[in-house]
Amino acid sequence: MVTEFIDPTLYESLFPAGISRYAVGGLLVGLGAVVIYLGTGIAAGASTFLESTLSYVSDQSRFQRYRSSRDWRIVFTFGIIAGAALYAVTFQSGLLSSGLYQPGTTGETRDIAGVTIWLTDVQPWRLFLGGILVGIGTRIGKGCTSGHGVCGVGSASKTSIVGVITFLVVAIGTAQIVLALGVSP
Amino acid sequence: MPQKRHSLFMPLIFVGGLIFGFGLGFSHMARPEVVLHFLQFADFGLVFVMGGAAVVSGIAFAVTPRLSDRAPLTGKLYGRRLKSFDRNVLIGGGIFGVGWGLSGICPGAAYASLGVGNVTILWALAGMFVGAYLQGYWRSHRSDAERAAVGAD
Repeated sequence: MVTEFIDPTLYESLFPAGISRYAVGGLLVGLGAVVIYLGTGIAAGASTFLESTLSYVSDQSRFQRYRSSRDWRIVFTFGIIAGAALYAVTFQSGLLSSGLYQPGTTGETRDIAGVTIWLTDVQPWRLFLGGILVGIGTRIGKGCTSGHGVCGVGSASKTSIVGVITFLVVAIGTAQIVLALGVSP
Repeated sequence: MPQKRHSLFMPLIFVGGLIFGFGLGFSHMARPEVVLHFLQFADFGLVFVMGGAAVVSGIAFAVTPRLSDRAPLTGKLYGRRLKSFDRNVLIGGGIFGVGWGLSGICPGAAYASLGVGNVTILWALAGMFVGAYLQGYWRSHRSDAERAAVGAD
């Protein structure tokens, strides 16, 4: 294992929750995108859903251009929600366990009829304000973490690689400033 | 567009989304705290989520076009996801970065977060729709105005 190649103390400080849940989850995220690609040739991203769904309620030309894909993007999004719910009733609720899955310590969990749901402690104003900027930025920047990060980088697209480096560096800077200002959670 | 789609098109999209969402839940990327811990250098595990996903898609995007020309359910040519580069990639990426760093949430992870029971994430989803609407409204009007200006010549 990786632990044998690097100093255990260093490994523990870099990866306090281990790496397996992250790696397994990442492989599944990639697999989900690949299943859609193999069947349809579509390299799907998650943020276009925001604009394509707005085409149902707004005639703005910017949204209407996504009319032809708006129905399947809703199905994709519901699939993502359902997949996460499937994780919630299995691993999150302790119905299934695996040596590859390390439960978390963040946020708050509640038990509802045998299903463990998870709730964030991050304050609503951060989620709402951050959400607005995510909504503007992903659409102007031609992609998000899945479109640029998974499909674009997987395509070795220079545009996507530059996009990912840009939002990653800015996000790190922002999160560090937020932390330094003592905003928590 | 109302051309007839293959009967397996929507089921396949759903199954792809299902695997994608399960992965986001399992990896804990659907939890804003975990993303913030990564951005604040407290836990670097998230590298393996994005890296692992990009490796899997990278292999598929590189190999598939050599094995077959067109996708079975759409007849679409297998290609890569390539977008043109311009200033917007940097401006939009920068705005997205501030939002991601402030909230710890991105679009796909926000949908998945709802699935794990995190109703509080509706704040972020509402914000994303507001943001997408604002930029769409602005850009629609700008391009309409540009078209009108060109038409006037």
